[in-house]
Amino acid sequence: MLQDLSQYILDIAENSLKAQASSVEIEVEEDTRENVLRLRVTDNGVGMDSEQLSMVENPFFTTRTERRVGLGIPFLKQAAETCDGSFEIRSEKGRGTVIEASFRRDCIDCPPLGDIPATVMALMVGWPERSFLFRFRFNDDIFETGTEELLQVLEDRELFASAEVALWISRYIEQGIYNLRTGGNEGFEEDHQP
Amino acid sequence: MKKITSLEDLRRIKEQSKDLTSARSGGKTRIIVGMGTCGIAAGAREVMTVILQELDRRGLKDVAVETTGCIGMCQKEPLVDIIRPGEPRITYGDVGPADVPRIIVEHIVNGNIVEDKVVGQTD
Repeated sequence: MLQDLSQYILDIAENSLKAQASSVEIEVEEDTRENVLRLRVTDNGVGMDSEQLSMVENPFFTTRTERRVGLGIPFLKQAAETCDGSFEIRSEKGRGTVIEASFRRDCIDCPPLGDIPATVMALMVGWPERSFLFRFRFNDDIFETGTEELLQVLEDRELFASAEVALWISRYIEQGIYNLRTGGNEGFEEDHQP
Repeated sequence: MKKITSLEDLRRIKEQSKDLTSARSGGKTRIIVGMGTCGIAAGAREVMTVILQELDRRGLKDVAVETTGCIGMCQKEPLVDIIRPGEPRITYGDVGPADVPRIIVEHIVNGNIVEDKVVGQTD
């Protein structure tokens, strides 16, 4: 079982990349009025047919050959359902896959969000040639960033491999989420921990 | 001190680091972190973050950090491979954030393999 939702997001996005997605969209939505937390990972990878799709929630189904169990998706589904939430995978062969999970925010078993900035950073460093879009929605407000926006400044995908750039990305996202939650950009401390 | 992170900072980092573009080309040391489900569950992402922090702190720019999927040694995750140019690929296992500074200083900077964490070697 993974520790928090940011680790599930990383795990699902890694699946997308192994499915040859050139672009992966990650959305996290916190709605304090509806008391819901939603995750959505959308990719344009190879997708799955209905037979594969029906097996993917089974922990003893995996396409990998290195080991014979695939636990990421079954655990996320279980975590969502434990928290009065829902879990859904939609996929189309040749088009891509969408995975959505929702949780009741104040459920005692709801996994913490965890270090979302580190997840996005790890993806951008590990897969510099792919494109990521990250969107965090807090009630009506949105923070969004992604490979394409950062490339307008960096101009060179190889710079994602630079430690200084990677750590900047993590701080930038951390601040973006912090600003959404606090309703402004005042008071963000460099050493703030979410 | 309050500091707002902005795209301007990113532009500054880019301007100051023209030589960074060599980070992924040949002749550089590679660090490869296992980022399969097993690695993630064992703390690979935290290890990767500490690696990046350590490289940044020491100003080691000619090192490329990469990720890979599950290689079937799940029980030894987090796994970190280091390949210095012209040298065998060394696989370290059960790597925690606290091991990272030692591995970077000993192996990447000084060229000495940290024997007690090695779980594999490939030529």
